[in-house]
Amino acid sequence: MFRNQYDTDVTTWSPAGRLFQVEYSMEAVKQGSAAIGLRSKTHVILASVNKANSELSSHQKKIFKVDDHIGVAIAGLTADGRVLSRYMRTECINYSYTYESPLPVGRLVVQLADKAQVCTQRSWKRPYGVGLLVGGLDESGAHLYYNCPSGNYFEYQAFAIGSRSQAAKTYMEKKFESFDGSSREDLLKDALFALRETLQGEKLTSSICTIAVVGVGEPFHVLDKDTVQSLINEFELVGEEAPPAEAADEQNQGGDAQPGDQQPADQGPAPMEM
Amino acid sequence: MMMESPASAPVENSLLASPDSAIQRTKTPYVTGTSVIGLKYKDGILMVADMGGSYGSTIRYKSVQRIEKVGKHSLIGASGEISDFQEILRYLDDLVLNDNMWDDGNSLGPKDIHNYLVRVMYNRRNKFNPLWNNLILGGVKNGQKYLGTVNMIGVHYEDNHVATGFGNHLARPILRDEWREDLSFEEGVKILEKCMRVLLYRDRSAVNKLQIAKITEDDVQIYPPYALKTVWNLAAFQNPSASAPGSW
Repeated sequence: MFRNQYDTDVTTWSPAGRLFQVEYSMEAVKQGSAAIGLRSKTHVILASVNKANSELSSHQKKIFKVDDHIGVAIAGLTADGRVLSRYMRTECINYSYTYESPLPVGRLVVQLADKAQVCTQRSWKRPYGVGLLVGGLDESGAHLYYNCPSGNYFEYQAFAIGSRSQAAKTYMEKKFESFDGSSREDLLKDALFALRETLQGEKLTSSICTIAVVGVGEPFHVLDKDTVQSLINEFELVGEEAPPAEAADEQNQGGDAQPGDQQPADQGPAPMEM
Repeated sequence: MMMESPASAPVENSLLASPDSAIQRTKTPYVTGTSVIGLKYKDGILMVADMGGSYGSTIRYKSVQRIEKVGKHSLIGASGEISDFQEILRYLDDLVLNDNMWDDGNSLGPKDIHNYLVRVMYNRRNKFNPLWNNLILGGVKNGQKYLGTVNMIGVHYEDNHVATGFGNHLARPILRDEWREDLSFEEGVKILEKCMRVLLYRDRSAVNKLQIAKITEDDVQIYPPYALKTVWNLAAFQNPSASAPGSW
């Protein structure tokens, strides 16, 4: 009747030492449309793919400003993402009320992770079904974090989440070593290229993506459509509707090779270890 | 206030105090310290305070340290109720401990701590239970000098030189005349001593045992106490009643 007898409750362990409900919530992150983030010493860029649910609807917002120095990009359940963004905004505002200075990014991320962790240890709760890329600037520099429904969090130079994010990761894995010293413009270029990788040949236009920037002397803001389109034109990302055959193959593999899609859930590495 | 039972407490008194109320407020301070003065100088901030502790008008204690270090980048100086200052120091110790426990390369600067104190002071006055102090907060972080003050009801401001109590009346006019942006350490100390000498002569709570403290980008020093040279054998002091004859 059930896929297995250990996945009906968040707090029940499987004999192999896994929490299936938590792992399922991490699967929800992979279902959402892609979001990517990358950072240099001075800037963080967040980018997302906007996918409308139907021909008749508009797309949902995937990038949120938290404060002048912090923003998030989400993949997964958008509703959960909004709740967590609101929490982060509240924390930032309370901190600046008390100290008249911006909340350090790493501290907000820990608070957020602790909040997510509680949901994995209470029988009457469910884990959040959303992954957050948190980008921000504080006195120790620019930071990019990934917050997972499991309560884990990691700091990255560059990362991608959501559907077909593997393609963007593959692209960024090849280039991340130069990101630290990158200029804002170079970083934007890499963001757009990485984002295109997740589209599987679909044309990249300003109407299907959102780009946001935060950096030294530049408060967090979402770039407007015209700016994004002119960047796309400038980097000649237009007119490449059919990517080279190899690249497409690679993307297919990347997109399909998601654990849990074909394999039973109690095999393969546990998602929280990745 | 919340603990009193409605039956026993007279309604008209319930907000302020009732005989069997469990809460006590500072309606008047007990042991107090007098003025503190702070100024910016070339490399950072200088502060000075004497070490007297007055019990009402009796100078009851003479070794009360009223300037302390807070975190890596700040100094706090206090006048007013000494035990309330000790409570504030406990709050700040907790705050700085928590800040250090993050161990993440971020740290509270003088501006952050000043703002925190403003919130604490104003919050307590809103509970009609103020911390009976006037505070001075100074420090240097990332090459930025900061000097500010907050009083017992939460009024606060920043300036190049600040003083509390009598210092506000007697020292700040001197500072307005003599303060410069590029004051050296020695010049700064000289001005502070001039201010303290004026206070010593005119403020009956002042004591001739004072401490100077300095904070720069990478150094905090609270120097050992010492006394100022004073002259009391002036002609006008010889027969004080001569110029003020009484009716008897």
